Amino acid sequence: MNDFPWLTVIAAVPLVGAVVVAAIPRERVESLKSAAIAFSMIALGLTIALMTQFRSTTRVGAPQFQFVEDHTWIADYGIGYRIGVDGVALLLIALTAFLVPIVLLASWNVESKTKSYFVLILVLETALIGCFAAIDVFLFYVFFEVMLVPMYFLIGVWGGERRVYAAVKFFLYTLLAGLLMLVAVLALYLRTKNGDPSGIGTFDYREWLKLDIPTATQNWLFLGFAIAFAVKVPLFPFHTWLPDAHTEAPTGGSVLLAAVMLKIGTFGFLRYSIPLFPDAAQTFAPMMMVLGLIGIFYGALVAIVQKDIKRLVAYTSIAHLGFIVLGLFAFTSQSLAGGVLYMINHGLSTGALFLIIGFLYERRHTRLISEYGGLRSVVPVLAATFLVAGLSSLALPGLNGFVSEFLVLLGTYSRHQVVGIIATFGIILAALYILIAYQRTMQGELTVEANRNLPDLTLREKFVIGPVLALIVALGVVPGPALRIIEPAVNRVLERVAQTDPAPTVSGVVGSAK
Amino acid sequence: MTDVVLLAQETHAAADASGAASLMWLLIVAPLVGATLLLFAGRRSDKWGHLLATAVSAFTFVLGFAMFLQLRGEGHDERTISQKLYEWIPIGSLHVDFRLRLDPLSICFVLLITFVGTLVHVYSIGYMDHDHDRRRFFAYLNLFIAAMLLLVLADNFLLLYVGWEGVGLASMLLIGFWGDVPAYATAAKKAFVVNRVGDVGLGLAVMTMFATVGAVGFDEVFARAGDISGPTVTAICLLLLLGACGKSAQFPLHVWLPDAMAGPTPASALIHAATMVTAGVYLIARANPLFSASHTARTAVMTVGIITVLIGGVIACAQDDIKKVLAYSTISQIGYMMVGVGLGPAGYALGIFHLLTHGFFKALMFLGAGSVMHGVHNETDMRRMGGLRTFMPWTYWTFLIGWLAIIGAPFTSGFFSKDAILELAYAEENYVIYALGLLGAVITAFYMTRLMAMTFWGPNRFDKGVHPHESPRVMTVPLALLAAGAALSGVLLGGFDADKRPIAAWLEPVFGPAEHHEPAINPVLLTLFTVAVIAGGAYAAFTRYARHDVPITAPGVVLPPVTWARKKLYFDTVYESVVMRPGQWLARALVYVDGRGVDGAVNGAAALVGGTSGRVRRVQTGFVRSYALAMLGGAVLLVGALVLVRLVP
Repeated sequence: MNDFPWLTVIAAVPLVGAVVVAAIPRERVESLKSAAIAFSMIALGLTIALMTQFRSTTRVGAPQFQFVEDHTWIADYGIGYRIGVDGVALLLIALTAFLVPIVLLASWNVESKTKSYFVLILVLETALIGCFAAIDVFLFYVFFEVMLVPMYFLIGVWGGERRVYAAVKFFLYTLLAGLLMLVAVLALYLRTKNGDPSGIGTFDYREWLKLDIPTATQNWLFLGFAIAFAVKVPLFPFHTWLPDAHTEAPTGGSVLLAAVMLKIGTFGFLRYSIPLFPDAAQTFAPMMMVLGLIGIFYGALVAIVQKDIKRLVAYTSIAHLGFIVLGLFAFTSQSLAGGVLYMINHGLSTGALFLIIGFLYERRHTRLISEYGGLRSVVPVLAATFLVAGLSSLALPGLNGFVSEFLVLLGTYSRHQVVGIIATFGIILAALYILIAYQRTMQGELTVEANRNLPDLTLREKFVIGPVLALIVALGVVPGPALRIIEPAVNRVLERVAQTDPAPTVSGVVGSAK
Repeated sequence: MTDVVLLAQETHAAADASGAASLMWLLIVAPLVGATLLLFAGRRSDKWGHLLATAVSAFTFVLGFAMFLQLRGEGHDERTISQKLYEWIPIGSLHVDFRLRLDPLSICFVLLITFVGTLVHVYSIGYMDHDHDRRRFFAYLNLFIAAMLLLVLADNFLLLYVGWEGVGLASMLLIGFWGDVPAYATAAKKAFVVNRVGDVGLGLAVMTMFATVGAVGFDEVFARAGDISGPTVTAICLLLLLGACGKSAQFPLHVWLPDAMAGPTPASALIHAATMVTAGVYLIARANPLFSASHTARTAVMTVGIITVLIGGVIACAQDDIKKVLAYSTISQIGYMMVGVGLGPAGYALGIFHLLTHGFFKALMFLGAGSVMHGVHNETDMRRMGGLRTFMPWTYWTFLIGWLAIIGAPFTSGFFSKDAILELAYAEENYVIYALGLLGAVITAFYMTRLMAMTFWGPNRFDKGVHPHESPRVMTVPLALLAAGAALSGVLLGGFDADKRPIAAWLEPVFGPAEHHEPAINPVLLTLFTVAVIAGGAYAAFTRYARHDVPITAPGVVLPPVTWARKKLYFDTVYESVVMRPGQWLARALVYVDGRGVDGAVNGAAALVGGTSGRVRRVQTGFVRSYALAMLGGAVLLVGALVLVRLVP
């Protein structure tokens, strides 16, 4: 590993790009759009280079974070510019860097205030990458809140009819929950201050892991973090901002919101709530799993009867994120790794669905399912992409979603049999909501005259959706490399909560009974 | 890990692939590439797509046959060859390889799938000639071949699951091939969703295996089958049975198969008759070490099987749509296979035996039905057919062989395979199963003879404008080849000596040796008795439907049992009122709760904070936008202030 500040550069490239794009006169629309995409592509290229240098090792004593940069920022409060990645953060950064160029290309036809739109998405990318890369909790909090700003404007300016309501609701909800986390963060900081001979204390995450916190205190602090993340995930009953935000957001906003921003919540559970408060995490694990279960069924059932296609996909996200939370709090290596992989896979499948719905919206300017129907015969390629993305979402084996969903279920089942059994029934509802959506939009008779002459996907749109679908297939067929990147981080979490995988009930040397 | 290694040393280890078997992966990859090529090429491949797909399918058959010869050349205990392609899912103690396994059981399926599959491809060249989407149809067929071969070649339960849902996908795509018709699209969805119910069972079985023995590979799980506690092994088997019920359309999950007839008929022949729907039987036969360890589970398998034999048969008697009759017949026949594998060690091979012969005669009859439909302008109502034997002799004579085979006429394939199952039930003193199985055979003879009479015999009843004609060679030659299989496969695979059935000997490395119980009475007498009652059933239908006029519209006033059978014994009705409608109500109720309750609380809280309720309207229009912006500004200020702190000494 060399000393090149990989992460800083990767996070900075989009921000620099935003500045450059902002400097381009608004009349030169093509140039500014191309420039934005170019910068996001550079960030993606650098991320791929970073991945090739990442060392996935389960060796004892291996450092938790790689590519660490540690600089003093606000010395008086022990705040530092500290960044670094483990396998989980690396994959989430990769997902972000992968999706942003796609989202920008998908937003090529944004007409009003084009420049601002592209600038905001680049700023958002920096905030997202920073959030995953931060290993200073204050820095994390800053990114956590800063990312709300570009998203607020994306929804509020370029959104649908109820965009203002949705944007405000999204903003206030997340911000208020974030304040609870801030209180918990400050409380933890004060604890480090007590133990520090210099009396300064620190926001260094790695130092926080060494804190010895009494169980009762852990419970309160856990809740402070957990509520912030539960809103972000979102977990039932904190979810109602999501359908509005997802639905009203423009395509690019919906994709990044669903694919990446929701994962900040689950990432937060995994990175902060569980390792910092291991005792509390175990105390609250049953509650978290129950909330996950509720999400699986509640989200799916509500999705089934939606009339608005974007709202339908938004509710499926609640179901999917329920699986992730279930996996994270079942505390087995399979369920945890499955949960992490699920974050990536949900990003791809739901991202793809929102992109495709975006294509439809650009053609017909409606999200009502009843306005579609029988499209397969008119736009077969578009219909096919919808089907593949949908099959990924319903976890068809062979595609990415299956590996993660099955690992979550298998891991959960091996420790909590009944929970695993109940959750498995969720796969029936997943098939239902996806196939209902497919049937009502793509199959059947062409009922709406306006759809008769819809053009099929353009070359640009194929470039948008193609890479996502390719990754959906690749991660389903060869999930091994991703799992190997995830495994060390997952093992650390298990160690932290002092759990080991349940041993098989029938063990011993094979054939000994014969 | 160490014990897995031990296992490999102690039991007869699977040999590494060499020779033709080293190309095992190609059996899956070739059709997959074929399908991908056709789907990506789109209209550009309209001219050659069907030929490419057929060639690929034929190639898999040739390759499969070469592997069969190779296996035959190996010693009795060395007929298990495995090939690891890569490590698929490695995490914690779970290590699932992408590993294929060729053994006497899987090669039977490889041959059946690729042989029938290739004939169906050839037949479809003619059958789908006028469809402007023929290329897409062939792409799906290739996709199906790939998934089905993966299902039977997988060396662990999780990889099997991939093939299992893969064939489900291909099936759904083919059922919904003409998805512009809303009912067909609904049928496709129904097939997938009902199968998913079964998949819950299969999935939970795999999870239980992992939790119990820490592995999901066939060898690892089976080696420990004897060590697993009784209730657990029964639970695993019952979960597998649930999976099998979904895929193989067994009671109570059989309801999707009749609707699946919406797909093009060649797809019905291949997927919904000969191969995919028998995957449940394969699953149970494959998991035989587990089922052998649980008497309860075997009884459950038999019970499900025999119930399905009867309900499938009864409903088939009242159907007028030729494909629906065949669909219920398939359900019923798979019931026999389930009874076979449920009978335990001696029965596994017999279940597979009936599966293979059924593969021939049922594919034959489905393709025959397709040929009939082709000849009478896509009519499927048998009441509007009749007397077709003179118009389409090839179709008629081949169908006749299929009919003889399914009712079990002496020396046809069904005679050997179905009789073997009944005889074993008798020999094992399962007299209830035997009696009900015999009753099923009578019903089978009745409804199949009814089908023959209404379609081929008696007077013409088709509309004036319809001019029946024989199908082209490309369709009749596959019929002839399948007819040969339907006629001869029984005597070749089974033969006359119940102790030395070639199929049982071939499968012995997989199922182990089976003791043969001599039935309490002479088996020849049993056989004669069976043939007599079957003849009775056939004769009853013959007098009723060939000798008497068949009204063009079904008579309205009928006995209650006929009404029940016409209503498909009310399964769909019950599911709709017990599951689907309450489910919809629940979903609607939740939407209400979500909007008024959960979100209402959120908005209410917001309104409370914002001031009196009179302001709510303004909250939603713009007043709060500035409020939020103020908060945003506040947050930025807060951050800025914290940054500034360090500038202040």
